[in-house]
Amino acid sequence: MSEPRESYLNAGYGLKSWLLTTDHKRIALLYLISITLLFFVGGALAGLIRVNLLTPQGLLVGAETYNRLFTMHGLIMIFFFLIPSIPAVLGNFLVPMMIGARDLAFPRLNLLSWYLFVVGSSLAIVSAVTGGVDTGWTFYTPYSTTYSNSHVLPMAAGIFITGFSSILTGLNFIVTIHTMRAPGLTWFRLPLFLWSTYATSIIFILGTPVIAITLALVGLERIFGVGIFNPGLGGDPVLFQHLFWFYSHPAVYVMILPAMGVVSEIIPCFARKRIFGYSFVAFSSVAIAVLGFLVWGHHLFVSGQSIYAGMVFSFLSFLVAIPSAIKVFNWTATLYKGSIAFQTPMLYAFGFIGLFTIGGLTGLFVASLAVDVHVHDTYFVVAHFHYIMVGGAVMGYLGGIHYWWPKISGRLYPEAWARLSAVVIFLGFNLTFFPQFLLGYLGMPRRYHAYPPEFQVLHVMSTAGSTILGFGYLMPLVYLLWSLKYGPLAGSNPWGAKGLEWQTPSPPPTENFEHTPVVTEEAYAYSGEEAEQHV
Amino acid sequence: MMLPNLPLFPERASTIGAGVDHLYFFLLAVAGFFATLIFTLVTFFAIKYRRRPAWNKAQPIDGSLPLELLWTAIPLALSMVMFFWGAGLYFEHARAPRGAAEIYVVGKQWMWKLQHPEGRREINELHVPAGRPFKLILASEDVIHSFYVPAFRLKQDAVPGRYTSLWFEANKTGKYHLFCAQYCGTNHALMAGWVFVMEPVEYERWLSGGTGSETMAMAGEKLFENLGCANCHHPDGSGRGPSQVGLFGSKVVLAGAPPVIADEAYIRESILNPAAKVVAGYQPIMPTFQGQISEEGLLQIIAYIKSLGRGGKSGTGQ
Amino acid sequence: MSEAGSALATQFDDLDQQHDAATLGMWIFLVTEIMFFGGLFAGYAVYRSIYPQAFAAGSRLCEIALGAINTAVLISSSLTMALAVRAAQVGRRRAVVVLLVATMLLGTAFLGIKFVEYGHKYAEHLIPGSGFAYTGPYAQQVQLFVCFYFAMTGLHALHMVIGVGLLGVMAVLAARGRFTPAHYSPLEVAGLYWHFVDLVWIFLFPLLYLVDLHK
Repeated sequence: MSEPRESYLNAGYGLKSWLLTTDHKRIALLYLISITLLFFVGGALAGLIRVNLLTPQGLLVGAETYNRLFTMHGLIMIFFFLIPSIPAVLGNFLVPMMIGARDLAFPRLNLLSWYLFVVGSSLAIVSAVTGGVDTGWTFYTPYSTTYSNSHVLPMAAGIFITGFSSILTGLNFIVTIHTMRAPGLTWFRLPLFLWSTYATSIIFILGTPVIAITLALVGLERIFGVGIFNPGLGGDPVLFQHLFWFYSHPAVYVMILPAMGVVSEIIPCFARKRIFGYSFVAFSSVAIAVLGFLVWGHHLFVSGQSIYAGMVFSFLSFLVAIPSAIKVFNWTATLYKGSIAFQTPMLYAFGFIGLFTIGGLTGLFVASLAVDVHVHDTYFVVAHFHYIMVGGAVMGYLGGIHYWWPKISGRLYPEAWARLSAVVIFLGFNLTFFPQFLLGYLGMPRRYHAYPPEFQVLHVMSTAGSTILGFGYLMPLVYLLWSLKYGPLAGSNPWGAKGLEWQTPSPPPTENFEHTPVVTEEAYAYSGEEAEQHV
Repeated sequence: MMLPNLPLFPERASTIGAGVDHLYFFLLAVAGFFATLIFTLVTFFAIKYRRRPAWNKAQPIDGSLPLELLWTAIPLALSMVMFFWGAGLYFEHARAPRGAAEIYVVGKQWMWKLQHPEGRREINELHVPAGRPFKLILASEDVIHSFYVPAFRLKQDAVPGRYTSLWFEANKTGKYHLFCAQYCGTNHALMAGWVFVMEPVEYERWLSGGTGSETMAMAGEKLFENLGCANCHHPDGSGRGPSQVGLFGSKVVLAGAPPVIADEAYIRESILNPAAKVVAGYQPIMPTFQGQISEEGLLQIIAYIKSLGRGGKSGTGQ
Repeated sequence: MSEAGSALATQFDDLDQQHDAATLGMWIFLVTEIMFFGGLFAGYAVYRSIYPQAFAAGSRLCEIALGAINTAVLISSSLTMALAVRAAQVGRRRAVVVLLVATMLLGTAFLGIKFVEYGHKYAEHLIPGSGFAYTGPYAQQVQLFVCFYFAMTGLHALHMVIGVGLLGVMAVLAARGRFTPAHYSPLEVAGLYWHFVDLVWIFLFPLLYLVDLHK
């Protein structure tokens, strides 16, 4: 084994060099460790939920515990895993590299973002271990402000602080993409991952402060006993719902846009073709971000909101589906007459297209007023959002981790195991969540620790699927760690991909590039020449 | 549709159920079509264009404006069909037909309390006859609940501090699940019950049963006396407060604010927060009864006031 | 070149890029602040439209004289801040320090007057919560108004405290000669922040103090 080359991984050893780093690549790894831990905590909670639902009376835990389980599962997965996942790990690592820069615009702010995340998620864990929260991740009032005697305050504080982590990350990305692009890298030559990241960052900036102030008001109400959202004291509980969803709906686009960006990177590489309809895909990311801010009221169709407001929100919700449809068609068209290889990242991309398509199409059901009245707050909605967040976002995240793993670690993972786990995840996922569509239309409400016996068979199917899915998620944890020590060295561009990040060694040196690159070609300039079988 | 122990589609027991299900089937067809289309194309392309010595070179085709416009326009058109269809049904479902009978529902942690105006009260059960429209007036004593009957394809949140409503006409006798569909705390999952849709004759028999309960209006009248309302609110308008005769549904002229229609919400607010809307020509001296009267009591007083005649006259007394 | 060299962070290619990034960064941060305060403004707007008389009554509890003085103080501080940035542009180091200190003093005066106002509210039992004792009509909704009063002015005051601290740091840097006509973007960016905080007050004052003025 030759002398290890100087890279960002070995440029300085010791805890201090990592905990005080301002290198965006090291910060990305710090995030990777944090969110992986939190993902498995959230996943364990999901496992407990599914086991409990094996029997109609609830197999494992009583009502109070169950209510905390689903609340903590939702909070941890949404705020402390999905929202940061791709932006904080892959975005932090790749944004400077994809534009040919040495780092983000504000490296110290980036480190602060990570510390804010650690503090925020620690408060959430404190809330969890001291008994957790039982309000549902949506904190509806007046239950969360007046009636719940669970640990709302530390959790709200944790989310508040973590929100600033997102805000600073978004700010960093926007400024970096605007001001630090390499010479020749015009907006329409940017990789689509950056368009998605940019759109996501807009949502971070505009949406997150609203959830922060809303949770602060909930906290004030709990501490001082005032009635901002409590009708008994003159407040309006539906106002809370408006303020909450004003952020939380765009938040779901924060969760999916980066995954779409990853898919837009993977498909051209493994089909050896420029993405079909580049500008349409780019603009659709921005359209999703903008329209996404206009639809929050579709969570309030049966809340007592005016029926006219309901109609406006339903109309806009149908519009926001269109840009996503455009993306799916463009990805599919990219495959036409491509030269397609089936390495693991591409398997995840295929899985994403399939599952996101189903998830997105079921969004039409809930956007439709009359149908939503029936399926709102049932397992139909649970299935819908898991198809998008897990079938879509998590598969996009894993696809991206696999795609850029060689760049990040300098190692290749074992391809056979990786392909197997992608398939296991895909199958386990469908078995877990497809039955939930049926449960939902049958009328099974969400957040129930016990249920009428006729729903049992579908619940058992779902739990069986979740066991397979859980196993599928453990596999990458094992073989990716294994590859760090035993995987073959990757070389700078194992996939033969276009993109500036592939033009430096793997793993990259701290300053990313020896000389600032100059960009002279379009993105995905796969020339249609003979594709080499690189890996 | 059912296999033994494996139901796959819910029963339908209300007049609007068919409309909702037909829209659902349309959505299923469209979703099924596009999912199949994408799955098929992706699989087909992946196989046909898999990389192999005979096919090692991608064709640089990277755009087509006609195609982009086509696959924007078609989804947009389909979405608009779905929107208008769903919105149309929703609009119908939002407005109770005139003359719908009313039943009052109060949700509280963790039970549903229902009152028929004729007097019968139920807990976690609702008996209704088939073939007649009913309007449920929903209230909550504490947190947000949601009244959900899957067989009717209907739900509506019961929000504390206000009244919401839901109307239906059951058209199939039977016993159907009633669920609370908005998480409300520990026993949210147990806040469930049954809706019994009966033949009209049986319903009448059921309605006149029970333990000789007084009608809601009578209960409301008693409260009106016991809480001292009658001291100021004389039927002829000669007291310190306006009369409630003919009040419900009429236009009320307020002091220093635009006129309002006296509906359930107006009456509730007038009892709990009287200073919010003062009737023109009267002094703002009515005390609040917040904390002295339950949500059910409020509904009984409203039923009593409804029994005093409805609509048409102005609110200045006579 | 050492001064420019030490001012240029390694991730940037030149001072111009650094300046563009810093300014854009602060503008974006201010947008997030608009959304942050915006949530409170939205809640206020909703409740004011539902309870107009209660909010008018609540507004009459606010001390217009003190609020008006504070408005004048804050506008003056924005003037001194703008002049400080101007002084840096023309390289007048001493003027920069003096003007920054003046801005800080005016900001502190603002906070002092706010403290006095809060003290009066405390003495009159108008702090929301169990101690709230308002004897007029619509007491619940007036308490709601006072909640928003404290939340909005409190959040604003927090931003002022941070601002004064930030200006203190700027004053020290200025005294040490770190700003030149070629490089004063930290000061410019701090100025943007200060002006924003001033602007928020310009909205808060009429919304909270001047409701139903002619009653």
